[in-house]
Amino acid sequence: MGKTFARPEALAETITHYCPGCTHGVAHRLVAEVIDELGIRGRTVGIAPVGCAVLCYNYFTFDFQESAHGRAPAMATGIKRVRPDLIVFTYQGDGDLASIGMGEIVHAANRGEKFTTIFINNAVYGMTGGQMAPTTMPDQRTTTSPFGRKAAEVGMPIRVAEMLATLQTPAYISRQSVIKPKYITKARKAIQKAFTYQMENRCFSLVELVSTCPTNWGMTPVDAVKWAEEKMLPYYPLGEFKTPA
Amino acid sequence: MGKVLMKGNEAIGEAAIRAGCLNYFAYPITPQSEVAEYLSRRMPEVGGVFLQGESEVAVSYMIFGAAACGARVFTTSSSPGISLMGEGISYIAAAQCPAVFVNIMRGGPGLGGILPSQADYLQATKGGGHGDYKLLVMAPASVQEAVEMVMQAFPLSEKYRNPVMVLGDGLIGQMMEPVEFPEHLRTEPSNKDEWATNGMDTRRSNQRNLVKTLYLVPEELNAHNLMLKAKYEQMEREEVRFDTYNLDGDYQVLLVSYGTMSRVCRTAIDNLKAQGLEVGMVRPQHVFPFPHKAVYEAAARESCRSVLCVEMCMGQMLEDVERSVAGRRPTSWYGKCGGEVPTPEEVMQAVKSLSLKS
Ligand SMILES: Cc1ncc(C[n+]2csc(CCOP(=O)(O)OP(=O)(O)O)c2C)c(N)n1
Ligand code: SF4
Repeated sequence: MGKTFARPEALAETITHYCPGCTHGVAHRLVAEVIDELGIRGRTVGIAPVGCAVLCYNYFTFDFQESAHGRAPAMATGIKRVRPDLIVFTYQGDGDLASIGMGEIVHAANRGEKFTTIFINNAVYGMTGGQMAPTTMPDQRTTTSPFGRKAAEVGMPIRVAEMLATLQTPAYISRQSVIKPKYITKARKAIQKAFTYQMENRCFSLVELVSTCPTNWGMTPVDAVKWAEEKMLPYYPLGEFKTPA
Repeated sequence: MGKVLMKGNEAIGEAAIRAGCLNYFAYPITPQSEVAEYLSRRMPEVGGVFLQGESEVAVSYMIFGAAACGARVFTTSSSPGISLMGEGISYIAAAQCPAVFVNIMRGGPGLGGILPSQADYLQATKGGGHGDYKLLVMAPASVQEAVEMVMQAFPLSEKYRNPVMVLGDGLIGQMMEPVEFPEHLRTEPSNKDEWATNGMDTRRSNQRNLVKTLYLVPEELNAHNLMLKAKYEQMEREEVRFDTYNLDGDYQVLLVSYGTMSRVCRTAIDNLKAQGLEVGMVRPQHVFPFPHKAVYEAAARESCRSVLCVEMCMGQMLEDVERSVAGRRPTSWYGKCGGEVPTPEEVMQAVKSLSLKS
């Protein structure tokens, strides 16, 4: 019997800089598996965000560009417009995509740019030390909302998948999670669909992944999974919000 | 092809196509929106890419993404838009990607006005975005020169793997003049397989390419900056371009001026000659690298009593002129920046008011 669980070719053989229990690694692995499965490693270009995943190109084995904070969708637009034959994806956190880069993602999605976005929703700014994000939960304490996020002052968390699904052009918008195996299987399927639609030359696809940041949530990895499941999933329901006609 | 009468902005768009650049991203802003309008019709005809981005911020990153995967690409904007592109330009320079930015300058600061200006000189030549980077900055004085500079900008940006800026005042964009598109300035995009993220399949080696600007190890960032610095020094050695006017005789005043303003200065120089006052001029065609040596030597000529920097702003190139003259001659400034181009009479007046005693 051969190996049943091997490292995907698209994933580098190295140790990551992510914290113990961080789900960025799971999301990376799913992307790498899908790229292998679709046989597109040689024509894929990834775009790294500014956030904890800024160095994600160290863990993938294909061409990569590193963006400025929030601008990955504009870079992906630039690539895809001049090289429609390439498979392009952005990998972005919630500060990157839903705060500073909200304009870029909305317009890229609305133009129906033919790339894929993997959107990591961990309810905080991880890299800079756990500040409040647009996705931070009501009453969640962060380093810049020490008394908890107050909707009266800063509004409610933005549901990116639902919001983008109001646009007519995108092909595929899905929210999944990477916090437990039962969710991971579905997340993998969603990522596979997103890339497949891109290969079929369909418009924009995005998979939001409800994730954990145990370090900045001040929890053990196990407690973080529990918190995400109890607090985040009811507010961020999983499922497909838009599928190709 | 012979001469055609064209508006500067349209000629700039056509020049890029003639240079072999078929990719354009932009956001509308007066006084250069005609470039986008022209290319929105023209790019489809030549099988090129035209996209109106959602903002100049986004456009600068569309340029970055396209340039980083090896395509020839350019954008045009005007002052406030270029400010927004500052972040992207810094990243593109840091990542060593070739790209061309055209700035058809309007009055500032803030919204300023929509009339011609040269008030982005310091932004273009000394930074604008963050960090230690430089742009090669070309400054045309006519529509014909704008065409030639745009065509030359692409191979130059590829030679240095650095963004090149064509810095024109609003008149260059708005003026109609006869132009010719020199066939010999059409160039093929260079082979970028060694570094461009154009997909591993396109390359013979199995090496993946990475375009990045983050260097967390201090020694690596320092080395990266030293390498960039070496490129800028090479530009200073190899890319100084300037033009002179009436520098043969015994002039008493040296003017330093560029762009449309330098054309007014020529008329002023002719008129002053007729009145018996000899005035010479150095006109930088590239404002970075600046022709320091030429300006110094012209200022140091024995007959020269005074140096006057004439520009449509409050004295920005003056800083470079003062550096060049290095105290050898009194150096002063004349200019306006509300959008009115100073008249030859006003320049003549400014020259006459200089103290020319030895
Ligand atoms: C223009 C700009 N502003 C601010 C920053 C600082 N910064 C770096 S990462 C980051 C937030 C990242 O958070 P997120 O996108 O949620 O990703 P995570 O780290 O949680 O994966 C910020 C604000 C920056 N690099 N650039
Ligand atoms: S700070 Fe949070 S998001 Fe960043 S690596 Fe650590 S756990 Fe992951």
